[in-house]
Amino acid sequence: MDQKGYHRGSFQSGTSDEDMLEIAGASLDFSVADDDPPLDREMGAHFSSYNGGGMNGTSTMLDFLEEPLPGVGTYEDFNTIDWVREKSRDRDRHREITSRSKESTWALLHSVSDAFSGWLLMLLIGLLAGRNATLLCVLGGESKIGGADCDLQVFESAHYIILIFFFPFEPGSLAGLIDISAHWMTDLKEGVCLAGFWFNHEHCCWKSNTTFTDRDKCPEWKSWSQLILGHGEGAFAYVLNYFMYVIWALMFSLLAVLLVKGFAPYACGSGIPEIKTILSGFIIRGYLGKWTLVIKTITLVLAVSSGLSLGKEGPLVHVACCCGNILCHLFTKYRKNEAKRREVSYYFPLKTLWRSFFAALVAAFTLRSINPFGNSRLVLFYVEFHMPWHLLELVPFILLGIFGGLWGAFFIRSNIAWCRRRKTTRLGKYPVLEVLVVTAITAILAFPNEYTRMSTSELISELFNDCGILDSSKLCEYVNDFNSTKGDDLPDRAAGPGVYTAMWQLALALIMKVFITIFTFGMKVPSGLFIPSMAVGAIAGRLLGVAVEQLAFYHHDWAIFSGWCSPGADCITPGLYAMVGAAACLGGVTRMTVSLVVIMFELTGGLEYIVPLMAAAMTSKWVADAIGREGIYDAHIRLNGYPFLEAKEEFSHKTRAMDVMRPRKSDPALTVITQDTMKVEDVESIVSSTTYSGYPVVVSPTSQRLVGFVLRRDLIISIENARKKQDGIVSTSIICFTDYCPPLPPGSPSVLKLRSILDLSPFTVTDETPMEIVVDIFRKLGLRQCLVTHNGKLLGIITKKDVLKHIAQMANQDPESILFN
Amino acid sequence: MAALGARLCSLLLLLAALAGLGAEAKNSEDVRCKCICPPYKDHSGHIYNKNVSQKDCDCLHVVEPMPVPGPDVEAYCLRCECKYEERSSVTIKVTIIIYLSILGLLLLYMVYLTLVEPFLKRRLLGHSQLIQSDEDIGDHQPFANAHDVLARSRSRANVLNKVEYAQQRWKLQVQEQRKSVFDRHVVLS
Repeated sequence: MDQKGYHRGSFQSGTSDEDMLEIAGASLDFSVADDDPPLDREMGAHFSSYNGGGMNGTSTMLDFLEEPLPGVGTYEDFNTIDWVREKSRDRDRHREITSRSKESTWALLHSVSDAFSGWLLMLLIGLLAGRNATLLCVLGGESKIGGADCDLQVFESAHYIILIFFFPFEPGSLAGLIDISAHWMTDLKEGVCLAGFWFNHEHCCWKSNTTFTDRDKCPEWKSWSQLILGHGEGAFAYVLNYFMYVIWALMFSLLAVLLVKGFAPYACGSGIPEIKTILSGFIIRGYLGKWTLVIKTITLVLAVSSGLSLGKEGPLVHVACCCGNILCHLFTKYRKNEAKRREVSYYFPLKTLWRSFFAALVAAFTLRSINPFGNSRLVLFYVEFHMPWHLLELVPFILLGIFGGLWGAFFIRSNIAWCRRRKTTRLGKYPVLEVLVVTAITAILAFPNEYTRMSTSELISELFNDCGILDSSKLCEYVNDFNSTKGDDLPDRAAGPGVYTAMWQLALALIMKVFITIFTFGMKVPSGLFIPSMAVGAIAGRLLGVAVEQLAFYHHDWAIFSGWCSPGADCITPGLYAMVGAAACLGGVTRMTVSLVVIMFELTGGLEYIVPLMAAAMTSKWVADAIGREGIYDAHIRLNGYPFLEAKEEFSHKTRAMDVMRPRKSDPALTVITQDTMKVEDVESIVSSTTYSGYPVVVSPTSQRLVGFVLRRDLIISIENARKKQDGIVSTSIICFTDYCPPLPPGSPSVLKLRSILDLSPFTVTDETPMEIVVDIFRKLGLRQCLVTHNGKLLGIITKKDVLKHIAQMANQDPESILFN
Repeated sequence: MAALGARLCSLLLLLAALAGLGAEAKNSEDVRCKCICPPYKDHSGHIYNKNVSQKDCDCLHVVEPMPVPGPDVEAYCLRCECKYEERSSVTIKVTIIIYLSILGLLLLYMVYLTLVEPFLKRRLLGHSQLIQSDEDIGDHQPFANAHDVLARSRSRANVLNKVEYAQQRWKLQVQEQRKSVFDRHVVLS
């Protein structure tokens, strides 16, 4: 019991600072999460000893030295991984497999399968999660590529986010499930299909003949008031529909939040900030596990269907990464190596690129074979027009960019303020109530306005649509003059009453969406941000587009219009303005540029609109950057204090390594372990009295010459194991980190050799090294800690957390907000 | 290893099922040719649906009865837009039913965990061992009993024991996650 107490106590201090003790400790006891290596599974059961697996009773000293203990080399929860160590372990493994492959055919096959396991993994992920989600998760590792190379920097941001957006347009099997179910459940709030309850409104009316003006009505689809009362007209029927709508919305969101709270609390929120951090090397156990996958999929549908102002994209990325993680467990290569799991494309970016291409191929093929919607629904926002635009239209496009930037900055500020309030005050104690209240407000405000009642994706497609003679919606109710029509190309016309009604309804929808999204994003249900921000932008763009169109129609004799917009010509396309607006708002919130433009012109299928999109995206990014520094996901990373080292940092003051290292001048001296003079009890007391995650090993306390670095976790596991399994190890045994231990007088207890756990190549910098170089080293190599030497002697240590705190201090932010290491 | 094999098998089965769905013979009900014809002179706009093959999907085959007299047919048909569409109603039906069943199972499991299990435990272990339950949408109670239950599960069969053990471990995990997300607000603001 004593021992258990000892290692339980020491495990509580996984990080080198104060208040995350409980988390690391508590979650470690039961850290047998889904994405754990099987090694840890045996370890985590705190009833058994830490040696499940490798050791049997007849272990000799030699066995002990060669066979790595299970548990050695794994990480604690909420800690960053050591990229360098993982990379070298993978290299060793690969080298061993290659050298063994010459021995026998079986070994050869093993090496071949090992090489192909990456491809096979991509195949499975592609089948399951869809082309783009897989690309995202795979290339997410690309975000680690260092900052010096300018082209790579462009790719870094482009690849990472480009595919988040592609997701809704290309469902794989899971995404297809989510899509179909979400469409159905959204329509369930309004009515039910008598021809088969599983059809949504559009599919219910597929077979029947609808009228030209009223494309929604068909006898098979019954709204709730029609079902209950028998007729759909009248005030009472309207109230009943309203009531049913709100009730269904509340029920869906209640189910969503209960499922999240009850089964997988990690399934709430968007997931992208956490995944960015995880892919950069942070450990959050259980975040990419089975239960999180299932619950996130199910509750995402519920949350979207309840009419809340959120989207599916971010959560779908999380779902895809869960798939990737779970499938990774099938392959040894990835199971034992945390870095490989994140597809370290550090040193082999080209290889990852080819693999992702293969994954995309597979997923696209999957999509073709499972074709749930028929030919017309492969792409979510199907845009068909190719009208030319005029250079003078750049002015309204830039205006839209400015609007997007302003809105983005406003949204980020207010959302972060609200999330901070949720974290710190009593608001955070009532998550279920919060979700219910927000849903109620959203549903009550959304029902009267038809543009908020329909699902946001439908709204966006309607706004992107250019009005032709085949359209009869309210937004396309222009005053028609059919004698002068030629084909489908309608000229600019005066707006009819329908358009004016639509305009003020859209304006109200805009205001509502702008404010309600602030409170919705970050709630304890899966929530995404792309669709709501695109909706805000699309509404603003369409409003501006119709305004410019009417201006050009009524004042075609003005100088700015007369040159290119003669009456009878079709010059202004409000649908294009909506698209540009959507791009601007999305760019303002997420601060994407290149990726955004690529995504948006994939939507239109033509290169004509690159310049307007680029203009709007750049303007919105500049305006938003002038007001606030970071995008929404980076702001959330900072809010949660994750240790994510961003690629672009420059310091205004010149600082050196010795200004940042620990111990500072006023602190006690650095805690070191000597290479062959300390006893087991000394080391145990050091480990239990301090909370550092690792200790440097020196030749002797006087010379302070560096030998290596040993991790706390490895030390604890090895000493535990030695006390149990090895003969003659007692508290007064000497611990020896060298190859040849000094000879001891006879009668003294046997020596404990721990050379295998010592890292003999820790990174060091001198104390005069400028901090910019140190930060670069941390970022490029993915270090966790770095030792500082002076004149060859060990002086101090810099950890990643110290670097992050230093960066925060330099940027005049609160250094205490960095919570994790 | 067995767990991995089971997972792989279930994954492959799921994929096979989905692939099978996709490859199923097209239901003749699931194709249509939709022609939208805008208003022409004094005829109002109309939408025509007909179940024809792709090569027959044009104005002349689908628009019946033709609302305009002979010479005007060409002008009328030029304005019409005909599209061939197909869907898979079987996929939709199966997807919705799968989704609803998973949702139903999860809800049943949640009800079981919050209501039925404490009731059963109370019957088995006696009132004195239970910890008081909370007032909120209560699912703290079963998790708090994990230690007690684990200590007492001696005389069961080996498989049941393992299942029980795995379940208790999972519950503790969820409890930890819930603490960090909902109570301490450390992760996922």
